[in-house]
Amino acid sequence: MRSEGQIHYPFPITHYREAAMKWETVIGLEVHAQLSTRSKMFSGAATAFGAPPNTQACEVDIALPGVLPVANREAVAKAVRFGLAVGGKINRRSIFARKNYFYPDLPKGYQISQYEMPIVQGGAIGIFVDGREKIIRLTRAHLEEDAGKSLHEGFHDFTGIDLNRAGTPLLEIVSEPEMSGAQEAVAYARALHALVRWIEICDGNMQEGSFRCDANVSVRPAGSDKLGTRCEIKNLNSFRFLERAIEFEARRQIGILEDGGVIEQETRLYDAARDETRSMRTKEDAHDYRYFPDPDLLPLEVSESWIGEIRSNLPELPQARQRRYQDEYGLSGYDAGLLTQSRELSEFYEALVRRLAGFYKLGASWVLNEFMASLNRAGLEIHQAPVSSERLAGLLKLIADNTISGRAAKEVFDAMWNEGMDADSIVEYRGLKQISDSGELERICEEVIAANARQAEDYRSGKEKAFNSLVGQVMKATRGKANPQQVNEILKRKLSG
Amino acid sequence: MDNATISSLSAELAARKLSSVELTGHFLSRIKALNAKYNCFVTLDEERSLAQARAADARRSAGSGQPLTGIPIAQKDIFCAAGWRTTCGSRMLSNFVSPYDAHVVAQLDAAGAVNLGKTNMDEFAMGSSSETSYYGPVRNPWDVHTVPGGSSGGSAAAVAARLAPGATGTDTGGSIRQPAAMTGICGLKPTYGVVSRYGMIAFASSLDQAGPMARTAEDLALLMTTMAGYDARDSTSLERERENYARELGKPLAGLRIGLPKEFIAEGASADVVKAVEAAVAELGRLGCTTVEVSLPNMRLAVPVYYVLAPAEASSNLARYDGARYGYRAPEYADLADMYKKTRSQGFGAEVKRRILIGTYVLSHGYYDAYYIQAQRVRRLIARDFAEVFERCDVIMGPTSPTTAFRIGEKMGDPVQMYLNDIYTTPANLAGLPGLSIPCGFDAKGLPVGLQIIGNYFAEARMLNVAHQYQRATDWHTRTPPGVE
Repeated sequence: MRSEGQIHYPFPITHYREAAMKWETVIGLEVHAQLSTRSKMFSGAATAFGAPPNTQACEVDIALPGVLPVANREAVAKAVRFGLAVGGKINRRSIFARKNYFYPDLPKGYQISQYEMPIVQGGAIGIFVDGREKIIRLTRAHLEEDAGKSLHEGFHDFTGIDLNRAGTPLLEIVSEPEMSGAQEAVAYARALHALVRWIEICDGNMQEGSFRCDANVSVRPAGSDKLGTRCEIKNLNSFRFLERAIEFEARRQIGILEDGGVIEQETRLYDAARDETRSMRTKEDAHDYRYFPDPDLLPLEVSESWIGEIRSNLPELPQARQRRYQDEYGLSGYDAGLLTQSRELSEFYEALVRRLAGFYKLGASWVLNEFMASLNRAGLEIHQAPVSSERLAGLLKLIADNTISGRAAKEVFDAMWNEGMDADSIVEYRGLKQISDSGELERICEEVIAANARQAEDYRSGKEKAFNSLVGQVMKATRGKANPQQVNEILKRKLSG
Repeated sequence: MDNATISSLSAELAARKLSSVELTGHFLSRIKALNAKYNCFVTLDEERSLAQARAADARRSAGSGQPLTGIPIAQKDIFCAAGWRTTCGSRMLSNFVSPYDAHVVAQLDAAGAVNLGKTNMDEFAMGSSSETSYYGPVRNPWDVHTVPGGSSGGSAAAVAARLAPGATGTDTGGSIRQPAAMTGICGLKPTYGVVSRYGMIAFASSLDQAGPMARTAEDLALLMTTMAGYDARDSTSLERERENYARELGKPLAGLRIGLPKEFIAEGASADVVKAVEAAVAELGRLGCTTVEVSLPNMRLAVPVYYVLAPAEASSNLARYDGARYGYRAPEYADLADMYKKTRSQGFGAEVKRRILIGTYVLSHGYYDAYYIQAQRVRRLIARDFAEVFERCDVIMGPTSPTTAFRIGEKMGDPVQMYLNDIYTTPANLAGLPGLSIPCGFDAKGLPVGLQIIGNYFAEARMLNVAHQYQRATDWHTRTPPGVE
């Protein structure tokens, strides 16, 4: 293997920006999603992560002489589930094929995969970029088994092999080359990541390698409809690396083309530490995998009735839910899109509005603003949030029935988040109940007008801004407990009088 | 005891006239005395065998014996057996002790049969003469200068030399039937999928099938009843009711229609072989069978198709022997690629390497369609030929092998001549049909000739019935090789 990776491509950023205008980056992604099954794709060994090396590898996984594979029905069901969720075609009959190559962590000397006839063909996934939706079509999704792991450290001159991962079921999801730019590629990867978790076929844990991306990157003159020569970047295990790798790779390719060079088709590796991609193998030393149908496995038959059963067990899918939020709850497309970006968030919102029996927009606004902001600040997952949907509903009810003002509600929310109490108790002990006694408000408004004669005069002479200042004074006097709408009404009445 | 059949030994064991320890001890001492002459066995484990024999005797005493309880059976060294070295005739697995039992081994064990030892074979079952073994060639008891056929030559010669009353074999392109024919014994290759392949070291997965080898059709039926059966660990295993393969043995043959493919005689069988087969068919005529000439027009393509498909599958099946996890590893190497190269260069013999190369070639980019896909198409045509023929007859008959046993070394330098030995046997494998070989005479040199009976899918019981009725009327199967009493 030649270490072409040593060559550096220092592109002045200004030069690149000009050049980038003339070029269009085209990306297709291949994602390996580990299917969350208890046992392996072709053996009964467990798939749990983190067990001591080689304790989860049975005679089939270590490829002893004479052993045979048996396909895992649960993995097949999960692949079908995915196919249905993306609106793809489920092939009633698909074929397992052998992909032949030698590597120490590949015990059989071949990987069982699907080649000419995958279980899922077609389908699509919607992504949001800059507030606009774009549909990315899928080429296919096929079942295969994972390889083991080579451990290069701690064995002196030797390499250690851990076969615990060997045989773990994977769904390889291949997109059409339809993403232009790293931003779209990341949006697609995120949408796919959310979907596989949404339909519970993959835990999505990227650190543990449950969701890995390979990116096919090419560039072409802007406006051209012919694809350029692509390079495949392997094993990108975070969205950030995916973005960085694509950006680097696009810059590299544009640099070469700008200098009149040609792109060589090759497989490249992203080095996160140096933030660059480097050549792993070129087309000349590409493997001939000698695919052929695995004679140990019969064609995989999926009956119409089984597909129907799997379909009937599918949860409401993000896109359908998004549409429902718009049509039935009156949310904006943007908010509905955000709320359906993950199953967990959406379920949180569902639970919230169920308790509120309505107030969909109020609920959406609080979930997407205060709640998400607090989560992000604390770096927590939804299930770790100190404010449950039940508690949040308790707070929003107080807003809805005018018990507290929106401003007070923020204070209550922060207190709930930090002190772990429910909204009622906080409102009670902090005395945040809204003043809805109009007699008292009338009195306070009169006092404020009297004390701020100039502003009152300004307003009367047409300076709208002065009004806001008077409202602010009333709110201050009531420590935020006044109902702003009521304050508006009273002030306007009194000032016009 | 030497010449007794499994069924008669079974009766004696049941009547407690004989113990399994005596019987097993007897065959073990014969093996020790004669193995140097025939080279049938590569691994013996007297203690293990006798322990099994003692357990079988205890079982008989407890009244829970089955027909095979206490019967010593030689195991082809292609079957993994827990605690036994399992070499597959190769240096590559010369140090491999299996931690698990093949399904066939477990079935026989559960029935109380005694594992007598592991028999020699062509390396990874690739050969038609049992000469490609890393452990030296097996010798034919009828003439030790000739081959016993292959690849199950060790099992065949052991049964012929009365070193075992029965044995297991595997048949990918004729590896049970052809050695049975050349050593004057009986061998059955069942319908593909009837016997589990789990634990049977793979050569060509879509063709490999295990089956019994013994001296009579009745004994084959007995062994087959135990060996067959569904196994969820083999995806190609067929989910069917268990069968008693002896159930039709006594049925009269009147009205049985024998199909005689004209291509079986036209394709270069020797005159002695043709004569013996014709005489056998005539004998069956006297038993009430009728004959009809049929044609298998694509049969001439069976050997070329076989020698594309079998190596293709083998090249991939044998990729796991890389020295990384078990088996032979070259003692010295520079790096990973060098370890693979040296391990596989030293661990595999010439014939295995030849087939890996052929297989790798036919699966390569640019050749796959022309070889592999084309061969699969012709394979379907061959199967269709049989389907048409079975509309006109009940069984097909012809020679098992074009010649009787040839001399050791005679064909080793000419692989194509060697491959042509499989001309009559490969069609049944390609179609997945059951095939049976039984002795039907001798050539001028006194070497046995085999009659092949091919049946429709799942027709094993009927085929055994035909063979059994033939054996009631003839005595070829009772003849013993020179020097064997």
